[in-house]
Amino acid sequence: MLVALTQLLFCQLVGEVIARAFDLAIPGPVIGMSLLLVVLLYRQSIPENLESTAEGILSHLSLLFVPAGVGVVAHLSVLGNEWQAIIGSLIGSTAITVLVTGWVLQRLHRGVSDDS
Amino acid sequence: MTPDFGQVWVYLSASPLTALTITLVAYLVGDWLYQKSGRMPILNPVLIAVVLITVGITMTGIDYWTYFEGAQFVHFLLGPATVALAIPVARLLKTMRKGFGAIAVSLFVGSATAAISAVFIAEILHASEKTVLSLAPKSVTTPIAMGIAERIGGLPSLTAVCVIMTGIIGAMIGPYVLNAARITSWDARGFAMGVAAHGIGTARAIQINKNAGAFASLAIGLNGLATATLIPILFTLWQWWTTP
Repeated sequence: MLVALTQLLFCQLVGEVIARAFDLAIPGPVIGMSLLLVVLLYRQSIPENLESTAEGILSHLSLLFVPAGVGVVAHLSVLGNEWQAIIGSLIGSTAITVLVTGWVLQRLHRGVSDDS
Repeated sequence: MTPDFGQVWVYLSASPLTALTITLVAYLVGDWLYQKSGRMPILNPVLIAVVLITVGITMTGIDYWTYFEGAQFVHFLLGPATVALAIPVARLLKTMRKGFGAIAVSLFVGSATAAISAVFIAEILHASEKTVLSLAPKSVTTPIAMGIAERIGGLPSLTAVCVIMTGIIGAMIGPYVLNAARITSWDARGFAMGVAAHGIGTARAIQINKNAGAFASLAIGLNGLATATLIPILFTLWQWWTTP
């Protein structure tokens, strides 16, 4: 687990360095993810300890958004007197996006494992 | 000797230990309620935890920055967790032989729908132009969204708030929308949650089904790139359209 965690942190570190050095709009962790993905696709198999560590972290991914969520409440004043329009837009647009994206993919793509 | 509770409180209110414990306890309560309800999406654990913590720190007079100084240890893990999304995506891509075209089309359509529908609804509801522009990138992860907002003239701080709210809203209503539309494929459900509601939607998908989780993970990575490219183009077209 310690090795796997180090590998994840190392990828993030390299990603942050690239993002800052080239002043990219893409965040460091996303670049780190892309780098790790390339390495994993190049290898024959995914190391088992990396897989189990990732599974452990990702199964509690929701928890990691809690501090940012509290921050939102603390900064609700930025919504100002337009909060009805903002909330309306967020709810409507999110529902439409889920619907359209899911529908298009289901129409075009029979699942890789759903029906097999 | 009587214990000096004042002294104890001074220590506790400033220590990261308190903020960390509060965060975990609130989340466990939220998750417990969610599981108890038979995983009703409307009882989102993140939302419950956020409400509990906000009430808690308001009642005890701890300010947000003191809280965040402790809770940042949890927040920090978002970085390595994002990197870890490469693992489900790699597992998926290693087994996938077809469907790349379908994914590209859905990504493009979803990314455009997210931005255009947000702007359109906000316009109908008479939001100011700055607000409308801040809403456009709401479906991608916070740092990318803030970067886009800044570039097109929105308010990055407003965008950051909208992004998190979008994630929670998506996790809460997304499954109902998908059920109502009879979208049963786990691939499509996961992908839709990842495109519309980034990490928080993905977190939910991961807990429910392995395939949905992998497709959601793929979707947030791809949607970050797609939206960062698409919105500036749409914005230029929109400006060209509206300026006489």
